[in-house]
Amino acid sequence: MSEGASDLIWIDAALTAARPQALAALLRYFRDLDMAEEAFQEACLRAIKTWPQKGPPRDPTAWLVLVGRNVAIDETRYRARQRPLPDGDALPDADDKEAELAERLDAQHYRDDLLRLLFICCHPDLPATQQIALALRIVSGLSVKQIARAFLVGESAMEQRITRAKSRIARADVAFETPGAVERAERLAAVAAMIYLVFNEGYSASHDGVAMRLPLCDEAIRLARLLLRLFPAEPEIMGLTALLMLQHARTSTRFDADGAVVLLEDQDRSRWNRSMITEGLALIDKAVRHRRRGPYQVQAAIAALHARAKTPAETDWAQIDLLYAALEELAPSPVVTLNRAVAVAKLHGPAAALAMIEPLAGPLNGYFHFFGLKGALLMRLGRNAEARTAFDRAIALANSAAEATHIRQHLDQLAKESAAAARESRGKEGSASGVG
Amino acid sequence: MLYALLCYNDEATVCARSKDEENAVMAKLGAVTEKLTKQGRLGPVARLVPTTAATTLRKDRDPPLVIDGPFAETKEQLLGFFVIDCQSLEHALETARELGAANPGGAYEIRPILQFWPGNAGA
Repeated sequence: MSEGASDLIWIDAALTAARPQALAALLRYFRDLDMAEEAFQEACLRAIKTWPQKGPPRDPTAWLVLVGRNVAIDETRYRARQRPLPDGDALPDADDKEAELAERLDAQHYRDDLLRLLFICCHPDLPATQQIALALRIVSGLSVKQIARAFLVGESAMEQRITRAKSRIARADVAFETPGAVERAERLAAVAAMIYLVFNEGYSASHDGVAMRLPLCDEAIRLARLLLRLFPAEPEIMGLTALLMLQHARTSTRFDADGAVVLLEDQDRSRWNRSMITEGLALIDKAVRHRRRGPYQVQAAIAALHARAKTPAETDWAQIDLLYAALEELAPSPVVTLNRAVAVAKLHGPAAALAMIEPLAGPLNGYFHFFGLKGALLMRLGRNAEARTAFDRAIALANSAAEATHIRQHLDQLAKESAAAARESRGKEGSASGVG
Repeated sequence: MLYALLCYNDEATVCARSKDEENAVMAKLGAVTEKLTKQGRLGPVARLVPTTAATTLRKDRDPPLVIDGPFAETKEQLLGFFVIDCQSLEHALETARELGAANPGGAYEIRPILQFWPGNAGA
């Protein structure tokens, strides 16, 4: 590899890593997303030009903030005098001022800057799809093309979505003052929810979309880690990060070579990502010490029990049932109860689970997984006609071809069973000497 | 004489590496460590879980104080390390408190280990 190419790789990695905090600090100066973005872009161009010669600055983030701010200020000044900007090399050296600036951008400032930037992206005025797109564009720095591909929409549609989100933000009143404790907690919760949404966008992809959408999972994990570094003593952020890692660890085993869904109990556990599981388990362990339970921690604890089980038979369903019961109290939702029913079926059999999900028929009457589980439970109880009805409904509601295929396998099995039963009854009616 | 090489880098940058970049680095490192192993010179090597999983025990006060996050002071220096098998973070903290009582002052940063190679130096 040539020296130039390897330079570009480390500079690219450094710029990616510095982006959220540098952009957040620039936003504090300019109070305008577009200006902050332009200033950051300009600073990156200068970095690519000067870092290979002078070596990386001691604090790349502080360097980018200082240069970004100066470039923007110079530009305004030169524009006013209608004179061309000097070449990058003619700019005053940033290094001498860097230490001074780094001093001022202490950890506290960075923290609130970044939280503000993230919070702006998940502003309550924005619908979820715009929140995610904006966060990926602004905070993660993905290109519109990359985001469009991840969402499986056209580039111009995505461009529009982001522009619309930005203009809504500009109209919304976002406070730039340092938030109080209550507001900080609210922002933190909103940001955590947005990161979880980004992850689910990637995680819920069907097999066909997986390759394109997986970067969303990686990006969500990066954002969660970033948030955790800023708020190292928040058990729910530990829980969120752990949850994402424990789920993502199973990614490569969730579909088979033909793109069909592979259920948790059929996955090849030797192919689960052990590094991610180790990190996820360590984070859960750390969160538990705080004894401040929250929905992300409980969901992560459930994922941890699956990750710890070396075989499906070793899964601690009793503990999973208890955790779902806790989750029902912390964050009640019919989907949580539906998930709990899976544990109940393992512990107490299909009849108990069916009784548990029957009251959910109303709220979940458009939910694929409700009918998938209902059909499977009815099938185990031998109520095949009802099972078939539930599976038909599930197929109608399937979110992807893979999900529909999975349900069709159950239907095929039902068809085989009834054919066998029909043969058997015909046999009985016929000669008594017939051997099955 | 045994020497310890302590690895420092910007975590955010290293975590931003793509899988291919990561594999390329590991392959190049592997070539060097393989040579050292053949020479019987490689001792234990550990890769730590990122600092987000770190907990710090300040043992310069009684009772010692548990802080979430890595060791962040600059007025103290790294003087050594232990590798201990523990069942949980709570267990690790209990062990750290015991060691801290024997040798008060300063702090222990407690980091789970991601990958561990025991090595063969001196064998």
